[in-house]
Amino acid sequence: MDMAENGTSVSIQELSLNFGAVSVLKTLNLDVAEGEFIVLLGPSGCGKSTLLNCVAGLLDISEGRIFIKGKNVTWEEPKDRGIGMVFQSYALYPQMTVEKNLSFGLRVAGLPKDEIAKRIARASEILQIEPLLQRKPAALSGGQRQRVAIGRALVRDVDVFLFDEPLSNLDAKLRSELRVEIKLLHRKLQNTMIYVTHDQIEAMTLADRIAVMKGGVIQQLDAPQTIYNRPVNRFVAGFLGSPAMNFIDGRLEKDKGDWHFTVEDVRIPLSTYAFEKEPVPGPAVFGIRPEHVAFNSGTGWPFTADATVEVVEPMGSDTLVWLKLGKQNFTVRVTSERTPRNADAVSIGFDPMRASLFDAQTGSRL
Amino acid sequence: MTAAQLTAQELTDRAGLVPFGPKPRRTSAGRIGIYAFLIVASLFFLIPVYIMIVTSLKGMPEIRLGHLFNFPVEPTFQPWADAWLHACTGRDCNGLSPGFYNSVKITVPSVAISIICASINGYALTFWPYKGANLLFGLLVFGAFVPYQVVIYPLIIGLSSVGLFATLPGIIIVHTIFGMPILTLLFRNFYAALPVELFKAARVDGAGFWRIFFSIMLPMSVPITVVAVILQVTGIWNDFLFGIVFAGRSNWPMTVQLNNIVNTTTGVREYNVNMAATILTAAVPLIIYFVSGRWFVRGIAAGAVKG
Repeated sequence: MDMAENGTSVSIQELSLNFGAVSVLKTLNLDVAEGEFIVLLGPSGCGKSTLLNCVAGLLDISEGRIFIKGKNVTWEEPKDRGIGMVFQSYALYPQMTVEKNLSFGLRVAGLPKDEIAKRIARASEILQIEPLLQRKPAALSGGQRQRVAIGRALVRDVDVFLFDEPLSNLDAKLRSELRVEIKLLHRKLQNTMIYVTHDQIEAMTLADRIAVMKGGVIQQLDAPQTIYNRPVNRFVAGFLGSPAMNFIDGRLEKDKGDWHFTVEDVRIPLSTYAFEKEPVPGPAVFGIRPEHVAFNSGTGWPFTADATVEVVEPMGSDTLVWLKLGKQNFTVRVTSERTPRNADAVSIGFDPMRASLFDAQTGSRL
Repeated sequence: MTAAQLTAQELTDRAGLVPFGPKPRRTSAGRIGIYAFLIVASLFFLIPVYIMIVTSLKGMPEIRLGHLFNFPVEPTFQPWADAWLHACTGRDCNGLSPGFYNSVKITVPSVAISIICASINGYALTFWPYKGANLLFGLLVFGAFVPYQVVIYPLIIGLSSVGLFATLPGIIIVHTIFGMPILTLLFRNFYAALPVELFKAARVDGAGFWRIFFSIMLPMSVPITVVAVILQVTGIWNDFLFGIVFAGRSNWPMTVQLNNIVNTTTGVREYNVNMAATILTAAVPLIIYFVSGRWFVRGIAAGAVKG
C-alpha cells in the first residue's frame, strides 16, 4: 500500500501502548497529510507526548503500525524514520558548541565535511543563529537555545518535525514570539509537523488540525475553529477556551413541537440550535462560551434573562463578569467600555445557535 | 512622598530596631560557644598528628627522655630517610619504598578499571533498561552491604582455582569487584539526574550505545568521576585486609609493609622511624583530600540529590 500517493505523510494505525497493565494509548488512528501542521492537545497524562515518542521511535509500541512517507517504520530506529525532534528542555549537548550540536547527527551519519558546513550555514541562516555558532549552550538564553534545538532538527533535512512542548519552558513574551516564528518556519519549509502542547493558544494559532486527547484516546480531530465552535463532547468543550465554557445542568423538553432546555424556572428555546442527532427528552448539559453572551443589549435575542453581577475581572482588552443567573454561576466576556459594577442587576441575552448541548450521561454532543 | 520620608525619619530615630540597610553583625554567646567547641574539637584531633610529627623529627635519645609534647631540640630528618629506605621488615631492610610502588601498581589499575566499568554500568542501567535491570541493580546495591570478611574465603578458593591468587591481577580484580556496588550507585544516580531528553535527542541524531556514552555522557561526567577517583584511591590505598590476603608477598602494599615495620620484634623499637613511616603511608590519601576536597563535595551533591 503506497501512502505517499494519497499525500499522507504520517499514518498511525491501530496503535496501542501498554506499560504493564496500564494502557496508555488505546487503538489510536491518525493520518497526517503531507505538509500539515497537527497539534496534539490535552491535559498532562493524556498520552500526547507518549504518542509523539512512539512516532519518533523512542518508545516501543505494543500493537499497531506506523507509516512515515509510505514506509512502515514500526520497528525502525529513530534515525531511520526521517524525523527531527525538538524537546521541551531543549536537550542541547552541554559540552558542545552550537555548531557541534547542530552537526552531531550529521557527523554520526558520516556526512562529508563540506555538506555538513553547507547544511549548518542554511539552518543557521533560517533561524538567525549565525553569531551564536561558537558558543556553548550555557551561554545562550532560553529562546536562543530553543532555536538551536529547532536547528538540530532542521539540518537533518527530515520529512517530519516532531515538537514536544517546545515553548513550555519560555516566558510568556518569548513564547508568543517563537510561536510566530514556528508558524513562519512551517510556511517556509512546508514540512509535516506534529506538535505536542497543553497550551490551547498554541494549538489554536499553529494548527491546521488539532487532535484533542484524553486518556490515550483522540477525542476530536478537526480544524481549530470547528473544535472551538462545535466540540464533540463536554471534555473538549471545557478544555478549549479561556475562560471556560459555561455549563448548565438541566433538562431537555419538548413543548408543542418546540424543544426547550429548562433549568429551575429558566427556559431556553432551542429553535435555532442545530441538533447533531434526534433529541430525546431527558437530562442534558447546556454549554455556551462567555463571549457568545450579550450584555445589556436589550431585546432581539432568542433568549434573554436577568442576572446579578458577582465579580468583575478587568483583563485589559476586555472584562470578565461573573454572574448569578438564578442559582447558576455564569461568566460573560464584555468589552472594557461596558464594564458593570459589582452587584448591578443586568440583563443578558444569547442565541442558542452558538451553544452546545451535551448528553448528561455520556457527555457527547446532541 | 511624604509618607516615605516620614518612615525614613522614623527609621533613623529607631536605628537598630527596624530592618534598614545592611544587617548588623551580632556576636552572641551561642556563636562564641560554637566556635570554642570547634576549636577544642579540632585541637583534640590534631594532638596525635602533632605528636607524630614532632616524634618523627627527634632522635632516639631525645625520645627516651619521655617528653612527648616537647618540640625537637635537634630536629633531624634521618628517621624519614630510614623509614623510606632502610627500615626492616623481618630480614629485608629496604624501608617502605617497595611498598609504595606496590601500592601504586595496585591502586592505579584498580581505580581505572573499576571506574570505567562502573560508569558504563550506571549509564546502561539508566538509559538502556533491559529486563531484570532493576533486579541486577538491587543485587549490586545489596553487595555494598556485604561484610568483606564473609566473602574472603570463597574468593581465595575462586582465585586460586584460576591461578590468580596472590598475584597483582588478582588483587586488582578483588578491588574492582568490591568497588563496583558503590561506584555503580554513584554513576547511576548521576546519570538519572540528567534530563532523559538529552539521551532521546542523541538517539534521534542516530547515535548508538557507545557513541552516546563517549560523545555525550562521558564529557558530562567529570564531577562524579572525580568523586569516584577520590573514593577509590583512598579506599584502595588504605586497604590492609585485601592487600595482605590477595596480593601475595612480593606485591604487599604500603599498608602491609608499614604494619610489618611497626610490629617488627627484633632490636630496639624506633618510634621516630615508625612515626615517619606512618605519616608517609597516610600522605597520599591526605594529599588527595586536600587537593580535591572542593570537587568531592560538589560531585557528591550532584550525584546524591536524585535517585
